[in-house]
Amino acid sequence: MLKYLFAKNEDIPQGTAAVFFGFSSIVWFVIGTGLGSFNAAKLAFPDFVVGSELFSFGHMRQVHVLAVIFGWISMAFAMAMMYITPALGNTKLWSEKLGVWNCFLWNIGLSLGLTLLWMGITSGREYSDFPWVIDLYIAAFIALPLAINVWMTILKRKTQGIYTTNWFFGAGVFMVTIVFIVGNSPEWFNLTGLSEAYLTWWFAHNVLGLWITPIAAAIAYYTVPKVTGNPLYSHRIGHLHFWSVVVFYSTPAAHHLMSAPLPEWLKSFASVEGVLILVPAIAFVSNLLLTMQGKWHMFVENVEIKYTITGVLMAIPLNMQGGFQQTRAINWYVHGTGWIVAHAHLALLGFSTFLEAAAVYYGLQAILRRKLYSLALANFHFWFLLIGFSIYWVSMTIAGLIQGAGKIYEVPYIDVVIAEHPYMIARWVGGTLVFTGNLVWLYNMYMTARVGTEIPAGRLPHELAYER
Amino acid sequence: MAFREYKIGARLFGVALGGSMVITLYFPIVDMTSVAVTETGLKKQLSYGRIGGFSYEDPFMLGEGKPKTVVLNKDPKTGQPIETVHAYVYQSGIPFPSGIVHPRILGEGVTELSQSQGKIGDASEGAGAVFLISRGSHQGETVNYIENATATRGWKPDQVLSAAGDANTSYVGSGKIMFVKEGCWWCHTLLPEQTQDWQYFGVPPRLGDFNGESPTAFGSDRKAPDLLHVASRNSSKEWMTMHFFNPRLVQPHSIMPRYDYMWGDKDANGNTIDFDAWRAEYDKYAAGETLYPPEVPAYAPDSQVRYLMDFVMSLK
Repeated sequence: MLKYLFAKNEDIPQGTAAVFFGFSSIVWFVIGTGLGSFNAAKLAFPDFVVGSELFSFGHMRQVHVLAVIFGWISMAFAMAMMYITPALGNTKLWSEKLGVWNCFLWNIGLSLGLTLLWMGITSGREYSDFPWVIDLYIAAFIALPLAINVWMTILKRKTQGIYTTNWFFGAGVFMVTIVFIVGNSPEWFNLTGLSEAYLTWWFAHNVLGLWITPIAAAIAYYTVPKVTGNPLYSHRIGHLHFWSVVVFYSTPAAHHLMSAPLPEWLKSFASVEGVLILVPAIAFVSNLLLTMQGKWHMFVENVEIKYTITGVLMAIPLNMQGGFQQTRAINWYVHGTGWIVAHAHLALLGFSTFLEAAAVYYGLQAILRRKLYSLALANFHFWFLLIGFSIYWVSMTIAGLIQGAGKIYEVPYIDVVIAEHPYMIARWVGGTLVFTGNLVWLYNMYMTARVGTEIPAGRLPHELAYER
Repeated sequence: MAFREYKIGARLFGVALGGSMVITLYFPIVDMTSVAVTETGLKKQLSYGRIGGFSYEDPFMLGEGKPKTVVLNKDPKTGQPIETVHAYVYQSGIPFPSGIVHPRILGEGVTELSQSQGKIGDASEGAGAVFLISRGSHQGETVNYIENATATRGWKPDQVLSAAGDANTSYVGSGKIMFVKEGCWWCHTLLPEQTQDWQYFGVPPRLGDFNGESPTAFGSDRKAPDLLHVASRNSSKEWMTMHFFNPRLVQPHSIMPRYDYMWGDKDANGNTIDFDAWRAEYDKYAAGETLYPPEVPAYAPDSQVRYLMDFVMSLK
């Protein structure tokens, strides 16, 4: 990587930035899920490692969360943007050099920020935990260069129209930059009190709603037509998805603070808007599933489609939960319990991760022109992720319902802790399966780059999947 | 942008996102910032100081640059007995909280009284100041406001600290830093819910309880009891000391981490704490080999756990 930092832009091979982003994202995924597994072990067995603040749950929890959001998910997005945006514009990435620098500075900044968090140096605001110095760094050296590269590539495209995926990419990098800057403004301007608490959740909500969810969906809009060879079922439904995300997903931030003393009008407004998340969700899921017409055998045979469609199917329970659990009728029961933790993992580890994993699998093979080293290991990875996640989600949902019951029947808290113990162990088992699967993935992709069979010109990687 | 549709689309996008931000940012913040601070809110911001997370006065989050909360029952200037008051002591150089620097965030009535009666405009960070919470009347309503006792009564910060003594001094602001840094709020919420927590965890907070506080550390994932009123339920420092050192000493089923590392190297008598020996002895006790657990060392008055204890004890 270092040799390309100071090379001339023309001398950097196409796709270099995407490859660097791809491998970085896998490494961060291994780190993030490893931390998650460790944290889960701490909750199941509190005396697992003692004697140092660095291995205390309170120091490690946020490192896990931000490693997977900024490391795995966002870098996998950047990877996808680096190769999908130019491919859809029938052009080259505007600047490979900027992309390589972006990846380099991203890794440096994230390592620095997570180290500070690990030491306990935090703003004390969930999801925007980084101290403001790191926030400025992220805005200037992570978000903005990525946005510029994506916009310039779209502007310099050689096609007439802009495909669905690129609307989302172009708008997503814009929205996440705005959301990041506005959401972290309390730290820069020392805004305090409820406004700060609300802005914290405004950021947390919108970074999911205007970045993670739409960009993951945009990736699926590319992967499914590309790999199956079917055209997207409907551009009109894609329009509906895009506009309803912008309007309906950007407004219900207050539903995260449903039982906090926010103005009642704001909570009611957020709650109604929150149900409307079903509009983009149904548009997205139906569009993708209808695109699969006649190609459903690929759901079994093809690894990228297996990942993508699993992720798309997970969007159904995700949005059904998301739309209704935030209404007053349900939220009072599940607020602040493991149910929400399960839901958050359904969004990030279920829905979004499966879509991104497909983009990384496909992209690395397509750019390196090398066939996957082992399809068996890829299937191993898939099932470890899916089974690990399912164990996690089921156990945390049950734990959440126990907590909810304990809350309303005023059970002494320690009895809730005792009742949750088996589910905490199951959660650790699930997390560890995910971590193990990711180690295998890293090995598989490393070997793909090293010794994978070369893909002949004019062929696509998945066409060769079953050829020796 | 070859198509007219893209131009229209880009503008509509601006309108949609801008409109969304007006409704979800501008309106709520105008509404929330118009609420006057309550007595709880004043106590919190005066005892926590400027900021509870990363800041330039305390970049490593060691609890530096924070005010001290003292209980006074004699006038620090004259030594005469007075009715017990809580004083918030900002020694020279300690940054003031938002309410002193920007009095308008205190809300209607509180802002006016704090400026006219409380003379908070006269306070200077360089010289330090002592603040009290006083009660006055604004347009016929009883209002709590901030009184700058350095200006109104001539109390100097160091005078107040020596008059109160260490036993009556709480490091609440430094303790809030510990609470944030150690991630207590990842499991313990500071937000009894409006729907069902009244019986068990006490009254939920009100809108004006937060003016000037940063961060609010509500917490979102309650894996442990809510702490907003914990000191009203349990005010035993002995219990808390054992619980911080190793929660399993007092609650065998607890999944809370041990915070023994917050004791530092030395105990209250200046002796080095032998953590390895303690843990080995505790393991024997946990295995059922000994009848009693080892004694928990008394913490030093400047240890991090003292700060945290003072903060938790302030949560009434």
